[in-house]
Amino acid sequence: MNKTEALVSVNHVSKSFGKQQVLKDIHLEIKPGEIFGLLGPSGAGKTTLVKQLVGLDLPTSGENYLFQEKMPSLKLIERVGYMAQSDALYGELSARENLQFFASLYGLNGKKQGERIEQVMQIVNLSNHLNKLVSNYSGGMKRRLSLAIALLHEPQLLILDEPTVGIDPVLRKSIWAAFYELKKKGVTIIVTTHVMDEAEKCDRLGLIRDGSLIAVGTPEDLKASTNAATIEDAFLVYGGA
Amino acid sequence: MRIKALVIRILRQIVRDKRTMGLLIFAPILVLTMLHLVFNGDDYIPQVGMVNIPESILEKMDLDDAEITMYKDERQANEDLSIQEIDGYLIFDNQTPSVFLEGSDPSVNGATLKWIQTSLKSLQTGVNSLQLDVNYLHGSSEMGQFDYFGPVLLGFFVFFFVFLIAGVSFLRERTTGTLERLLSSPLRKWEIVIGYVLGFGIFTMIQAAIIALYAIFVLGMLMEGLFLYVLLITLLLSLTALTLGILLSAFANNELQMIQFIPIVVVPQIFFSGLFNLATISEWLSWIGPFTPLYYAADALRDVMVRGYGWEEIYLDVCAMAGFSLLFIALNILALRKYRKV
Repeated sequence: MNKTEALVSVNHVSKSFGKQQVLKDIHLEIKPGEIFGLLGPSGAGKTTLVKQLVGLDLPTSGENYLFQEKMPSLKLIERVGYMAQSDALYGELSARENLQFFASLYGLNGKKQGERIEQVMQIVNLSNHLNKLVSNYSGGMKRRLSLAIALLHEPQLLILDEPTVGIDPVLRKSIWAAFYELKKKGVTIIVTTHVMDEAEKCDRLGLIRDGSLIAVGTPEDLKASTNAATIEDAFLVYGGA
Repeated sequence: MRIKALVIRILRQIVRDKRTMGLLIFAPILVLTMLHLVFNGDDYIPQVGMVNIPESILEKMDLDDAEITMYKDERQANEDLSIQEIDGYLIFDNQTPSVFLEGSDPSVNGATLKWIQTSLKSLQTGVNSLQLDVNYLHGSSEMGQFDYFGPVLLGFFVFFFVFLIAGVSFLRERTTGTLERLLSSPLRKWEIVIGYVLGFGIFTMIQAAIIALYAIFVLGMLMEGLFLYVLLITLLLSLTALTLGILLSAFANNELQMIQFIPIVVVPQIFFSGLFNLATISEWLSWIGPFTPLYYAADALRDVMVRGYGWEEIYLDVCAMAGFSLLFIALNILALRKYRKV
């Protein structure tokens, strides 16, 4: 693949915390407009990789490029929507106040801000709970509000760390429908997950285990080349089981 | 604009958390009121025993303002002394008066001794020249201990509560992941620190004003200088408390560990703030004073409230506190590099 056309490229990235090596020589390119899934068990290093992509961490060796520019860079941060694994919300504030706060951080103000808040809350199906305090939200509702905040400033690249944990299947389906809508508009989405059936919905997958990228490809390719019926079986084959 | 959003958010959070807001305003008021009652209560009435005092002398003594018990012999007086029935007794040996005190409470000792001295003074008949005419440079004979301690305590409570609450709320940003979320937004690191300084600054301004007004107008704390200076000093002090609290929150993993800083960082400052006479602090400790923000705040507050001084006398203290704040702000911005390098 030509490097200039990749939206995200992870260039031989390794990361160690002390003696423990968390990422081992990850090399990966993500094309514009695709939904890329990072699949792996917890502790595999998904979050560490994702944090580097949003500029919250640095690789021990190797480089990360977003939009062909090296991370971390403040200029790039504005073009990325990030949803962390933990719900980073202010419980004392209402959902609307949380959204207003984060919108202002991205320079969204006034009428445009109000419109975007309505739109994103519609996507995550929380429009009726705008004025509720976040501390009264359920776990799944918090997850959806975090997602809404990541969508607020219409980023070209969405990086979502386990976005659908604790969300019921019906809503999960509608959230994935929203992802496909965004994809149509040209948004690139990186999703981490440890749920195998969710992985099937991605355009391409990267399988991560113990800090190593063990396979990359479309779900169909991964299954076909391992003669597996499910992604789970394919993962087992690549994992050496 | 981003800073404004952060300030609004912080103020909203404080206002929502009624209990914390109550703590910040009413706890200092409550404690100051109690101290006022403790220090400015009625004068202590000593309980004095008289052992074998000749009638002729006793008649001439001024026996007001004390509870007098007469004893025939010293043994009985000693017994009462040991069970604290009396604070001390006076005995005449060969026309020379001597005093025995119970001695365990210095303030009681002082009061008893003072009373015995004044009552004996009237024995020295016709020596009116002994009557001293006492003048005060600051304060007056009405000035109680509370008036002298008050300014220091005012500063201390502002420092204590702002330190704790700012530290804990920033710690919460760290532990709940919202700090990381903020740093994954275009918010600059200095904007975070400044936003916190402004948000809490506005609130502590109100807090300090309420507490100071209460202390001065309700409790009648001595107030010789300009109220505006009191506000300025407490504001700067709370800025140092705020920035220090945020900085130390980086070294705490939870709220309990934040509270552990109180005996290490906050309480020792009391000793160097002038609540105790600085001249009597042992030399190998006294050098610490100038390194504590409360030292400057207490000095400035006392200059304004007790001595009625103005800008000329307090500007050095004000500069010192501003210096502390700037230093802590810079260190905070550095500490945030742990989360984001740019």
